[in-house]
Amino acid sequence: MPMETSKQSLISRYFTSDRDAASLAFFRIGFGLLMFVSLVRFWALGWIDKLYLTPKFHFHYWGMDWVTVPGIYTYGLFAICGIAALMVSAGIRYRIAIILFFLSFTYIELMDKTTYLNHYYLISLLSFMLIWLPANCLYSVDAVKDKSLRSGRIPSWTIDSLKVMIAIVYIAAGLAKLNSDWLTRAMPLTLWLQGKSDLPLIGGLMHQSWVHYAFSWGGALYDLCIIPLLLVRRTRVFAFSLVVIFHVMTRVLFPIGMFPFIMIFCSLLFFAPSIHRQILDWLGERMGFAMAKWQTDSILSQSLFLSVSQVVIIAFLVVQVVFPLRSHFLTDNVYWTERGYRYSWRVMLMEKTGYANFKIQNTRTGKRFYVDNGDFLTGFQQKQMATQPDFIIEYGQYLGRHFESQGHQHVGVFVESYVALNGRPSQQYIDPQVDLMQIDYKSLVESHILQFDE
Amino acid sequence: MKIFTKILSVVTLLGAILILSQGCKDPMQTDQIDDQFDRSEMLTDWADKIIIPSYTDYVQSLELLVEANTIFSTTKNSSTLSTLREYYLNAYKAWQVVSMFEIGKAEEVQIRNFTNIYPTDVDAILENISSEEVNLELPSNYDTQGFPAIDYLLFGLSSDDVDLMTQLDGEAGAYLTVLVDRLYTLSQVVLSDWNDGYRETFIDNDGSSATASVDKVVNDYLFYYEKFLRASKIGLPAGVFTGSELPRLVEAPYSRIYSKELLMHGFQASRDFFNGTASHGQSDAVSLSHYLDYIFESNAMPNVSSSIHTQWDVIETAISLLQDDLYSQVEEDNSVMLAAYDELQKNVIALKVDMMQALNIQVDYVDADGD
Repeated sequence: MPMETSKQSLISRYFTSDRDAASLAFFRIGFGLLMFVSLVRFWALGWIDKLYLTPKFHFHYWGMDWVTVPGIYTYGLFAICGIAALMVSAGIRYRIAIILFFLSFTYIELMDKTTYLNHYYLISLLSFMLIWLPANCLYSVDAVKDKSLRSGRIPSWTIDSLKVMIAIVYIAAGLAKLNSDWLTRAMPLTLWLQGKSDLPLIGGLMHQSWVHYAFSWGGALYDLCIIPLLLVRRTRVFAFSLVVIFHVMTRVLFPIGMFPFIMIFCSLLFFAPSIHRQILDWLGERMGFAMAKWQTDSILSQSLFLSVSQVVIIAFLVVQVVFPLRSHFLTDNVYWTERGYRYSWRVMLMEKTGYANFKIQNTRTGKRFYVDNGDFLTGFQQKQMATQPDFIIEYGQYLGRHFESQGHQHVGVFVESYVALNGRPSQQYIDPQVDLMQIDYKSLVESHILQFDE
Repeated sequence: MKIFTKILSVVTLLGAILILSQGCKDPMQTDQIDDQFDRSEMLTDWADKIIIPSYTDYVQSLELLVEANTIFSTTKNSSTLSTLREYYLNAYKAWQVVSMFEIGKAEEVQIRNFTNIYPTDVDAILENISSEEVNLELPSNYDTQGFPAIDYLLFGLSSDDVDLMTQLDGEAGAYLTVLVDRLYTLSQVVLSDWNDGYRETFIDNDGSSATASVDKVVNDYLFYYEKFLRASKIGLPAGVFTGSELPRLVEAPYSRIYSKELLMHGFQASRDFFNGTASHGQSDAVSLSHYLDYIFESNAMPNVSSSIHTQWDVIETAISLLQDDLYSQVEEDNSVMLAAYDELQKNVIALKVDMMQALNIQVDYVDADGD
């Protein structure tokens, strides 16, 4: 190869290269099934009622005040989402199904930010990506019906883009763990692990300080190294065992739901396409499908949609690399103020316990009274609210409007709030002198949060 | 197929480990936990040195009340009335000590709802007295029974003792007997459950999950402290939640002079439970204070218990400044009430934020995923 091979040609050669479509089909089938199971589990545990229908008040994401909980139709929304997940898995009207899944799932998440979890966010992102990817070319009902769709090979980038997304999650999570609380104080794992002495086998170790440090350092190392280990062929099986051990451990130790299974599944994407094909053929044969029908060597033909997809996915991934880093452009402590905390793969990084006592005061007469938060929020909402500034402001303003509508005049809302972060003594959190009604919470200026004292 | 087989075996193996580790308890475990805080020892102490003795006291105090009422119902004079009132007060004070343990049978029968919901509904009481049949197990009758209703019957029916005794000679007296007997029955049900096996269930449930005994008791304790001690006994009458003073909301507003004493007993019970101060004659119990000290020493965490201890003293002083009659305290100088409230509030933060974080117990645990 001539020395002057430019980067340009390397890149363009990569973007014209193709790979076995089985990988993406494998991901589509598994993802759809896992989503379906997750939704059924959520429904069966009664969480639709508990988390969405019971609360009288819902916390909105910034700029998402228009999202409302559709009452009893929320069950319908979950049903649509679940059916869409099954359709995605089977590859029935894939494009419509995945769009429907993305929209319904994301809408569900937007209904109340009390339930925010990084892995729900990840699912929204992955399903958004899947809208643009040709995941139904193989092993799908669509491809059986439509021969022109059926392709054995698809562009490499369509598969690699998902790996990049998974890599961003792990590496960002690993980098976020490189902070002093995690590494030098083994916090918050010390708090979480010391009470787990009733666990079988490992319970006796759970109060030992060195175990807390080992878990902390090991966790950070795992997050940072797992992607390279999965990428290199020789270490892949070892890496996969690590993935399984790590996520099974987190499942045993913490109430973490379906997340470990989703991450274990995602790591399978790093294996060679031939593995995916073997798994699918093996499963397909057992389910009585004539697998020979699926064999084709044709390459997915270039289309306008695919070109647009490529631009969208690249732009999307660039945003995903940059967005989690945003808190580094702020001077405040991200754990204390939580500015830039969400959507940046900060997983299990802090234990915050809080208490917020709201005072309604007539700003003219000074007459005041306190609010019983239980009258307005569920226990879960109260807990989340008390440690997050944006929740405190939104709820405070809701209280103000509520009492105004009850005929109270010159309503000022003040909060006496205390937060303990990662085992430190509690400190006052929001400035008790600030009238929450006067804060423009859309402005993202948060001078009302008191300074964090290390 | 080779790698595929490996993947399959890794998944199967770890799946098996997961299932096994969740399914069986390690028999070696008891040998390994010598040098750590023993939750089951704390639970044993709570049961044997605090909860069961306190409940035994409560049941005995009600026995005496039932007896005094029997005597009073046959012989009404100023002496039997004053004995009855005295035993009413003693039982009410004994109740303050057990109110926070709304767990097990107490939770099942909702003993607190049937024992001490105030303000009592005088109109409904009068209606109950004149009706043929009253179902006191209905939630609508929470506020027509228990100590608050007895307080009304023994002190509020009339300001004149002779007139009061005349009224208690009729159906009002019969209603009083029903209320006293019901308190006694409820207390017995709870105590005998503790003695007939619940103690063991309670102690065996020594894990760290949300349904484990330590989590439940601590949540009950906080709930009591925040709602029934801080808010009901001081906050509500002082107008903390409404902006206007409501002296009629004090505990035992008809006898009036006992309200501070009852508050002091409730406060002392909260403090004793935290410290593990045993009910008479026993060596002290291992309790939350010791658990916090253990965590403080083994993990270099902030010393939560010492700041809580300091605040108990401050609260005691603030309460001691109150008049015996909180009703007139609110009317005459509510600021003393508000000051006591503020001091109680400071320990809400210490208990609910600092203690809960150190013990890693969730307030009002909600079953939901985390990440």
